[in-house]
Amino acid sequence: MIGFIQGLGRSVIETLQRLGRAHIFLWDMVRGIPEVLLRFSLVIQQLHSVGVMSVMIILISGLFVGMVLGLQGYNTLVDFGAEESLGVLVALSLVRELGPVVCALLFAGRAGSALTAEIGLMKSTEQLSGMEMMAVDPVRRIIAPRFVAGIISMPLLAAIFSAVGVFGGFLVGYGLLGVDDGAFWSQMQVKTDWHDDVLNGVIKSIVFGVVVTWIALFEGYDAVPTSEGVGRATTRTVVHSAFAILGLDFVLTALMFGGI
Amino acid sequence: MPLIKIRDLHFYRGDRAIFDGVNIDIQRGKITAIMGPSGTGKTTLLRLIGGQLKPDSGTIEVDGQNVHKLSHAGLYDLRKRMGMLFQSGALLTDISVFDNVAFPLREHTDLPESMIRDLVLMKLQAVGLRNARDLMPAELSGGMSRRVALARAVTLDPMMVMYDEPFTGQDPISMGTIVNLIHRLNDAMGLTSIVVSHDVKETTEIADVIYLLSAGKVIESGSPVQLKRSSSQWVQQFIQGLPDGPVPFHYPGEDFADDLLNSEVSA
Repeated sequence: MIGFIQGLGRSVIETLQRLGRAHIFLWDMVRGIPEVLLRFSLVIQQLHSVGVMSVMIILISGLFVGMVLGLQGYNTLVDFGAEESLGVLVALSLVRELGPVVCALLFAGRAGSALTAEIGLMKSTEQLSGMEMMAVDPVRRIIAPRFVAGIISMPLLAAIFSAVGVFGGFLVGYGLLGVDDGAFWSQMQVKTDWHDDVLNGVIKSIVFGVVVTWIALFEGYDAVPTSEGVGRATTRTVVHSAFAILGLDFVLTALMFGGI
Repeated sequence: MPLIKIRDLHFYRGDRAIFDGVNIDIQRGKITAIMGPSGTGKTTLLRLIGGQLKPDSGTIEVDGQNVHKLSHAGLYDLRKRMGMLFQSGALLTDISVFDNVAFPLREHTDLPESMIRDLVLMKLQAVGLRNARDLMPAELSGGMSRRVALARAVTLDPMMVMYDEPFTGQDPISMGTIVNLIHRLNDAMGLTSIVVSHDVKETTEIADVIYLLSAGKVIESGSPVQLKRSSSQWVQQFIQGLPDGPVPFHYPGEDFADDLLNSEVSA
């Protein structure tokens, strides 16, 4: 019994210590942002590996998610004779929810895991220590540019995801199921509000970008510098990011659309 | 006045004392070797000097500055005057040999690219790898990586260089080259060098002063000649590499014969 309580206490203390380290790390990254903005070429390099390299998975996934939404939405709407509202259903589902959330989950799996593995390996091969001894702060030189790149990439990727998704829904609705194309686009334009729908979706994706990139970079920086340690850290990035995305999505949705 | 003054250094990992009251002076312009068996905290000592670890008590002064009392900016300023050669080389793997050596210059100076090129080529020439400048770190052998790392460590013309196990895992030719380089750079650039190693032959060839560490304490210090003449059995065992002596080969524990006789065969 005593052993159980000791183990519980130890794990609570370790979790709190880790949370503390994560927040100090976040603060260090944020302090490094002004310097990074002055050396924007560092961010551009990372925008390529974090953002551009993720475009293909986002394009393909967005297209299929939109096509599935088109099929499922049509089957429900047709019972009420409202199949011409398919464009609204697809667009609102994507812009408000699926765009930011599914894109963030894919981003965590593609870019987040890569960031953790990269930083973890740099730590285990003493590259970060070497940089410190060259009087170059690795948090500002290596970590902060990746953080900024993640925050910029995520809303852009979510926008691409939503746009391709809407196109996928249109392909199925118009091309396969015979929905009127004019009704599809015009209803979508009328019912989708810039502020309430699009902007809130963008805010969600920025928040997810901050959180996923923070988790990924911290897990790499805090990884045990062994191959097993880096492997575990990469897994934790994907799992913790998924929890954070889904939990935060509920909170943000409640704040934005829930009337709270 | 010594360049580095270590006084009453205590450092623990958990309950285990890595350093238990260590005093060391590193004299300017000399090659000082820190030696001892594996696991005695030689690399830890370099990390303490570089401010990457904090001691539990005691002080480390580098050029009159207490390393662990400095601000973040002060510590980074001091590190610009320190070079460190890591055991693994610690080269940045996504950039070429040239860019690795140019890295500290690009980070800390506003020199034009043409001047950076000249400086990098001079450093690479000194380590014999000028023509390998376009290779990536993955294309280098272990010995070459360490020579590139050495060129990078002296790029900013530091006042001191710390070498972490520079001879480990080197073939005889690389070993000779690195021994020669450390000696030559120390004299030509007026450096202060600290060499952490357990390779007795190579270290005694170049060191002016040797500190022998074991069990968290300095066992003996002096010139290589003084150590060779030491009456301490421990020192003689280490210097001559004898299997029997005060330092046991086996990790402490149960007697081997008892262990065999009392063994229980698990299913």
